[in-house]
Amino acid sequence: MPHQAKFKRYIWELPVRWCHWVNVLSITLLAVTGFFIGTPVSFGNSASDFTMGWIRFVHFTAAYAFTVSLVSRVIWSLVGNKYAGWREFFPFATAAGREKMIKMLRYYMFVDKEVPETVGHNPLATTAYTALFAIYVLMILTGFSLYAEHAPGGSMHKMLGPVYSLFSNQGMRLAHHASMWFVFGFIINHIYSAWLMDIKEHGSEISSMFSGYKFTVKKEK
Amino acid sequence: MGTRKDDAVDGQQELSGHSEEYSVGEILKKRGVSRRDFLKFCSAMTAAMSLPTAFAPTVAQALDEVKRPTLVWLNFQDCTGDSEALLRAANPTVGEIILDILSVDYHETIMAAAGHQADEALENTITKYKGKYICVVEGSISMKDGGVYGCTSGKTHLEIARRVCGSAAATIAIGTCASYGGIAAAVPNPTGAASVSEAVPGTTVINLPGCPCNADNLTATIVHYLVFGKIPAMDSKGRPLFAYGKRIHDNCERRPHFDAGQYVEHWGDDAHRKGFCLYKMGCKGPATFHNCPTQRYNEKISWPVAAGHGCAGCSEPQFWDTMSPLYRRLPKVPGFGIEHTADKIGLGLVAGAGAAFAVHGALNALRKDKEPEETKEG
Repeated sequence: MPHQAKFKRYIWELPVRWCHWVNVLSITLLAVTGFFIGTPVSFGNSASDFTMGWIRFVHFTAAYAFTVSLVSRVIWSLVGNKYAGWREFFPFATAAGREKMIKMLRYYMFVDKEVPETVGHNPLATTAYTALFAIYVLMILTGFSLYAEHAPGGSMHKMLGPVYSLFSNQGMRLAHHASMWFVFGFIINHIYSAWLMDIKEHGSEISSMFSGYKFTVKKEK
Repeated sequence: MGTRKDDAVDGQQELSGHSEEYSVGEILKKRGVSRRDFLKFCSAMTAAMSLPTAFAPTVAQALDEVKRPTLVWLNFQDCTGDSEALLRAANPTVGEIILDILSVDYHETIMAAAGHQADEALENTITKYKGKYICVVEGSISMKDGGVYGCTSGKTHLEIARRVCGSAAATIAIGTCASYGGIAAAVPNPTGAASVSEAVPGTTVINLPGCPCNADNLTATIVHYLVFGKIPAMDSKGRPLFAYGKRIHDNCERRPHFDAGQYVEHWGDDAHRKGFCLYKMGCKGPATFHNCPTQRYNEKISWPVAAGHGCAGCSEPQFWDTMSPLYRRLPKVPGFGIEHTADKIGLGLVAGAGAAFAVHGALNALRKDKEPEETKEG
């Protein structure tokens, strides 16, 4: 059964871990408050209450936190270590990356029995993250476009001009709402895969997101 | 007097130059409209244009002096709802005043002339006042197959629009159909209905969408033109900012109920009787830019939300296609049946993903993995 991994490596730098957990927290807040904004419950007892007001405030604050986290992560992909680098997110662009992807896919499809060792990111995971990143960008753009409508002609409204010409007003709402379901689909996949790889790789997949350290069987080439 | 006219309202020179008629002020006096009513009208218009009250005397002075402009009103693919709204405008004799201010030389619905006489009247106006008259267009313009689906006196609407709007000082697209194509342009748009700005590119078009357009907004636009000699500031969709610069949701009288979290859940429920927020009933106020909450309709008596019905978003582009279903918050998802909301589809997606990974997990629990050789300790 489990066999010990020999090499301990510092993989996830502090900014990477921080961004990950800020994302977790802000996405949770955004999803809960977002569903309430989409389908509110009549919590208010008097017209002087501010239930929806506060819920929207939390949503907008979390949205700013999420956006800052995402932008920071993009910057870190340029300045951080190689595991955090932007190249990690396009494994399909190189022959070596494609080979890794196929190996991993074969393992997932029960074709291969040996779990391919990954030191940094799982190449299939980063492919999913790239798609997820596109959804995030769509969420941020449609979200802030809807938000900016309270001040038409303001700087944010002007800056997001192209979004208003790409989407109808209700189209933005639908895209913003439907994207959340895709993020949910991703979260299920993400937690399952992290759990699976933690069990199969014995490399501390899950705890590495807290400590930054992973354990590998082979020394990295 | 003379100096003020020279430096403040240069544009109106152009307008006043062409007409041998009396000034607006003189006409109103002749028609028996009291000075008091006239000033009340000026104040109402100043407010409608979102100008400070201090501008009311300027508006009055300018209207006193300006000669009445010539106006032609073209009806294309429409329901004449905007003409109806204008004729029923009853704010301190606004209806009378607007019709008196303007020399409506051509309006198929209300003019006495018919047939060849009407054609002649239009022809005379556009030749005589070329580049000086105001053209109001109501209804969308059929563009498909050369525009044959909409004709008046043997000429296509497209042809008429290009000719009449092309030599107007400015064109006002009144109502959603003229502004954005409206219901005629809704999917599948069999006549190729288009807005005035699409059908007659290159002309100055002021869009006054709404179904119908609030007549006060039309009057204010024309008064703005008369007073300042130029068209009002507009947004990216060609609508005057004074009327379409704010969202309905942000000026709504039911907004406190929205912020508080008090919503109508069903038509006729207790919350509905108490006048709570119509958000859950599909109100499109958060998606619609219009001054309905402040300007209101029918002598400022009411507007849809005040009457207990959510906003339909009638003054937004493609409202018929994008704002439906009217009583739901979100549009239907393209490619799925009418009963499938984004949430139902989303739940299906998540349940599917959950099931797939559960099966994958179970299969993984059953399989024996091969360990890399070098990790095995002896």
